[in-house]
Amino acid sequence: MNAILNFFKPKRGVHPTEHKAESTQLPIAKLAMPQKLVLPLRQHIGNMPKVLVSVGEHVLKGQLLATPECTVSAAIHAPTSGTILSISDAIIPHPSGLPDKCITLIPDGKDQWTNLSLVDWRSAPKEALIASLCTSGIVGLGGATFPTHIKLRSSGKSSIQTLVINAAECEPYITCDDMLMREHADEIIQGIEIAQYLLGAEKSVIGIEDNKPIAKQAMQTAIAGKPISVVTVPTQYPSGDARQLIHLVSGIEIPHDKRATEMGVQVFNVATVRALYRYFTFGEPAINRVVTVTGNVAQPQNFEVLFGTPLPALIQAAGGAKPDTTHFIMGGPMMGFDLPSTEVPITKATNCIIAASPHLFAPPPPAMPCIRCARCAEACPIQLQPQELYWFAKSDAFEKARDYKLFDCIECGVCTYVCPSNIPLVQYFRYAKSEVIAADKAKEAADLARERNEFRLARIEREKQERAQKHAERALGTKAEAAKAASASGYVAKEANTAEAPSSSTSDEEAAKAAKQAAIAAAIERAKAAKAAAAATGLAPKNTTPANPAVEQEIAEIDARRKNVGLENSKEAPITADAEKQAKIAAAIARAKAAKAEAEAAKQAQNVELKE
Amino acid sequence: MSDAPSVSVIMLKVLLALVPGIFAYAWIYGGGILVTIALATITALAAEAALLKIRQRPIKPHLLDLSSVVTAWLLALALPPLAPWWLIVVGTLFAIVIAKQLYGGLGYNPFNPAMVGYAVLLISFPLIMTKWPAPLVLAQTKLSFLDQLSFIFNQALPNNIQVDAITSATPLDYLKTHLKLNQSLSEISQAPIFGVYGAKGGEMVTGAYLLGGLYLMQQRIISWHLPTAFLGALSAIALVFYVADPEYFASPLFHLTSGASLLCAFFIITDPVSGPTTPRGKLYFAAGVGVLTYLIRVYGGYPDGVAFAVLIMNMCVPLIDAHTQPRVFGHEK
Repeated sequence: MNAILNFFKPKRGVHPTEHKAESTQLPIAKLAMPQKLVLPLRQHIGNMPKVLVSVGEHVLKGQLLATPECTVSAAIHAPTSGTILSISDAIIPHPSGLPDKCITLIPDGKDQWTNLSLVDWRSAPKEALIASLCTSGIVGLGGATFPTHIKLRSSGKSSIQTLVINAAECEPYITCDDMLMREHADEIIQGIEIAQYLLGAEKSVIGIEDNKPIAKQAMQTAIAGKPISVVTVPTQYPSGDARQLIHLVSGIEIPHDKRATEMGVQVFNVATVRALYRYFTFGEPAINRVVTVTGNVAQPQNFEVLFGTPLPALIQAAGGAKPDTTHFIMGGPMMGFDLPSTEVPITKATNCIIAASPHLFAPPPPAMPCIRCARCAEACPIQLQPQELYWFAKSDAFEKARDYKLFDCIECGVCTYVCPSNIPLVQYFRYAKSEVIAADKAKEAADLARERNEFRLARIEREKQERAQKHAERALGTKAEAAKAASASGYVAKEANTAEAPSSSTSDEEAAKAAKQAAIAAAIERAKAAKAAAAATGLAPKNTTPANPAVEQEIAEIDARRKNVGLENSKEAPITADAEKQAKIAAAIARAKAAKAEAEAAKQAQNVELKE
Repeated sequence: MSDAPSVSVIMLKVLLALVPGIFAYAWIYGGGILVTIALATITALAAEAALLKIRQRPIKPHLLDLSSVVTAWLLALALPPLAPWWLIVVGTLFAIVIAKQLYGGLGYNPFNPAMVGYAVLLISFPLIMTKWPAPLVLAQTKLSFLDQLSFIFNQALPNNIQVDAITSATPLDYLKTHLKLNQSLSEISQAPIFGVYGAKGGEMVTGAYLLGGLYLMQQRIISWHLPTAFLGALSAIALVFYVADPEYFASPLFHLTSGASLLCAFFIITDPVSGPTTPRGKLYFAAGVGVLTYLIRVYGGYPDGVAFAVLIMNMCVPLIDAHTQPRVFGHEK
């Protein structure tokens, strides 16, 4: 009956040949101290930590070599005691094969511990514990290498109900978590208790694939009545993907636009919680991890490896690579990558090293056209339509690809695995994603440039209008002045008002102040000019308030007298007109100066606006 | 890492699944079908190779993908058993050159190549295309394999045999003509060409196709959606009409066992290239072909409607796919 039901049920994911038995025959072995340790500063997601030591310095095991910079960063510690040989660029285990900054340490062979500071997690406040975790160097050891203190800190913001422990280890070949559970189940369980306490989670669920019965048994024994449950999930890649595992063990489907923590779920890998246990029980920072060495080596096995150990030392310990080995894969065969060189160190992200040979990993035959068989769509754990996405990626229809949920792709490689035409689908999707991201960035930059240009054009237009307005006012003002040259003080007041007008339109206080000052200066200039003009004409300003009617009468009488004696004759007139003209010129010059000051003030105001 | 069967293996399994049907066919109509299939295969491979060369594509991997052989076999099985050689060649050439290679070759043809070839022949040479030999069990004169061979290539019969003596109308054709003569179904089905449900002997071929189809489903080469929806829709619409007037409309079983129904269900609509890819889309597509097949059979001008129904539904595939996208993990419906 089940067989019939399974026939109609789509089979999500795949079940490749496991190849896990090879590396589980022997227990985890401790690797001998290598000749040197190369510690890349970037072994985690986030910022590069700040180096605290200098070349030639002697350091002790567990000593802090680099301290985290900003929140998303992780510390680097000395895996053993020794001398710092160099702090320079070296090849790191990354698909690009590019060098990055590394600290090279030459062990002194004493393996002498530094004084470890231990915080009692049961009594200390949580904030202090998490603060102390910042310098533990612990990152997600499942491969994502996200700094652990950040994942635990989130308890403050959103409440976590469920802690899911990822023990699925769904990729073929990898067995480091399996062996860790078999041998250190008690440490893992205590680590889970610490993580659950720090998160304030109500329950913990361990998700294990059903191909690890020994590990499952060990875990169940170690739980011994504690409120932690073990859920067996079918051996079906990629059940170890965080969202897939959450769905498998709890039935919760995390919405595509939300983090698991927003839904009250946090996920930790078994190796990570064990590292938490070691840190909070012995004060040991992250200096080593278990690594599976398998594939085309003489004796596949798991090793406890110090970070920074050169790859050849590890291969040597596994009996060496067989002669037909072509290259080494870091991680699993589904999502791992080919190491660019054998001269790379083991880092926090290294869970598995596979020696590859043409026999184990036959090069794929040339790709054939897609026949739309939709095997990829049937197998896709996210229920995407890879055959459509492939078509869009190939024809550069990236917007269409986005519509078809390109960015939900977890790049698990299931589609490539089942494709009868051997199309490297995941590579097409990575390409499409990078193109979409690049296009988005370019669009953002273009939008910004366009906005700036539009603003600039608008400013030029506004300035032009303001200038035109000023010219018009000026023309009006000149007429008025000509009409009543003697009534200059009134004009000054009016002019001062108009000069203030543009500055009031700018919101910035400083600009307004500057404009005001300029206006005042202009007003003063104009007042001076008017005064000069008045003095030149020898006439009292007509609109000044007369002292009193008696004085006014007296003035009138004097004027009459002067006229009678012929003092105020026609000869005087040209002289007066001349003086009047000169005064007008002086006033014009003063106005020009004032206008210039105004323009400068306006410009200043504009600049302030732009900066904002 | 990969464990997928290659395109060649998939096509090979389809060919394998056709073998029981071909044997049943040869048993009923004589060994001539083997000649037809051989001729179609050679033509298809030659045309494919020539076009690949002209289009400057790698020849060997595309000949070895066997997709052109599948097209050739399906077309051959759809043609009348004693079709003249040039008919086979013209149909195959049209299928491979125009319907497949000129659209871009494997994976790019919007229409089912075998059905394009068939439709072209049916429209161009309706007389030959509807003249089927009587099943051997009914034939007054039996042709030897060599006689059949000579008929295919020379259209020549042994001196004492007339063409009419070896041909007869197919049950679908017979039904259509005699219903027009106001005969009732119970009268019509008395004719010797009718078996228990459909065509005498044709029922056996149908059974053999079913066998091959179940093998393909078991091998996960084809999904259950397409055959189920096609046969379901064809039966359902036939049942409605049959219940309304059993003297005028043939039973669902007659429609399932007549013509190319089963070949269509398991081998023709299951062509992935020209069909939809979403599970829901497959249901709609196949149901559409089923309904159209019935309507063309009953109301159309041709006795069987499979080819036209498939081609019409091929046109709807982009629309069907676009509107039947499944819910993505973590997204609302």
